[in-house]
Amino acid sequence: MDPRIEVIDKRLKDIKKIIAVAGGKGGIGKSSVASALALILSKMGHKVGLFDLDFSGPSSHIILGIKNYDFPKEDKGIVPSEYYGIKFMSIISFSGENPSPLRGIDISNAIIELLAITRWGSLDYLIIDMPPGIGDATLDIIRVIKRTEFLLVTTPSKVAFETVKKSLQLLLELKVPIVGVIENMANSKNLFVRNQLEHLNINYLGKINFDKDFEDAIGDVNKLYNTTFTQSLKEIVLNCKFF
Amino acid sequence: MHEWALADAVVTTALKVAENEGLKEISEIIVKIGELQTIDTEIFNFALKEVMQPQKELLEKATIKIKPEKAILKCKVCKHEWLFKDAVKNLSEDETESLHFIPETAHVYLRCPECNSPDFEIIQGRGIWIDSISGER
Ligand SMILES: Nc1ncnc2c1ncn2[C@@H]1O[C@H](COP(=O)(O)OP(=O)(O)OP(=O)(O)O)[C@@H](O)[C@H]1O
Ligand SMILES: [Mg+2]
Ligand SMILES: [Zn+2]
Repeated sequence: MDPRIEVIDKRLKDIKKIIAVAGGKGGIGKSSVASALALILSKMGHKVGLFDLDFSGPSSHIILGIKNYDFPKEDKGIVPSEYYGIKFMSIISFSGENPSPLRGIDISNAIIELLAITRWGSLDYLIIDMPPGIGDATLDIIRVIKRTEFLLVTTPSKVAFETVKKSLQLLLELKVPIVGVIENMANSKNLFVRNQLEHLNINYLGKINFDKDFEDAIGDVNKLYNTTFTQSLKEIVLNCKFF
Repeated sequence: MHEWALADAVVTTALKVAENEGLKEISEIIVKIGELQTIDTEIFNFALKEVMQPQKELLEKATIKIKPEKAILKCKVCKHEWLFKDAVKNLSEDETESLHFIPETAHVYLRCPECNSPDFEIIQGRGIWIDSISGER
């Protein structure tokens, strides 16, 4: 028996909702949505944690401008450091600026290890920034945190959507709860994504337009919060019964 | 792995097994610990005592045996095998600490001594495993 798995539920027991922000393709805005979502919920007065599970391309710390990511505090496990009121955990606290070339089994082990040692305490929301696709991280999260709910991100592109659709099919088959899908980098009155989701009977949560000022706001939370990107996401959150 | 987290994990598992098997008292728990976990047994034993305290009835008479397992690494590229204990000698304190928290950071800080590749396998001595739990019904 792996005692690490047994203790994970206990570590997460005081967290009300666990949301994995995922999507098929790379570079569609998962980390941007996860980071901005954590910021929005925190500003709304909720207790929020953000867990960057993308070991090969950790990005949340860059988006939120987290720079002093030393070892988290030790106290009967490790306690995530808090930035802008968000409890934050990422592989970068342990790998620094170095690459983490991990194969599947190593990714699984590192995820389980992190979940077993991290003491999040009580949270309203734990947001997980997922790596692209339906690989090890997704399967492990589904396996070890049974109550994770998935929020998927897509772009209006048929190519991106086809991949997100595969994630959706898998989640539906495994009966994993799906919060819904956010259409990011939207541009026109294109109804493709909305119509497709209707067929699949999945919640279309809303869209975030391409924001030309977003790049400039990366690394600066105040700027980030005021972008059209974040404000559109906030509107989605306010209109969504889930939050 | 962090000693306190491990102690907590072992006791949580023991409670679950006791409940499933209807054990009233646990006499022995055997835990296999891979060397890669860099567990300090003194801290671990101390943590265990604390964590076991609230479960007195069940665990008062339990002895907890730790079986260490040597860690062996094997390069995927050139097939060279080497020992973890030799490899960590050259690491800094921070690097060792990272490995202690997340053993997979071995791939961040260690390289194959023959071909310098980070693409190696931990063929033995990675994990933590409860080998057996015995007790009285
Ligand atoms: N609505 C938007 N408007 C403008 N730029 C955006 C928007 N959404 C995301 N971006 C930009 O796109 C890039 C990729 O975003 P992000 O890192 O969030 O994607 P990701 O899906 O997490 O990628 P990965 O799969 O690599 O983890 C970033 O440079 C980000 O600034
Ligand atoms: Mg990302
Ligand atoms: Zn080699």
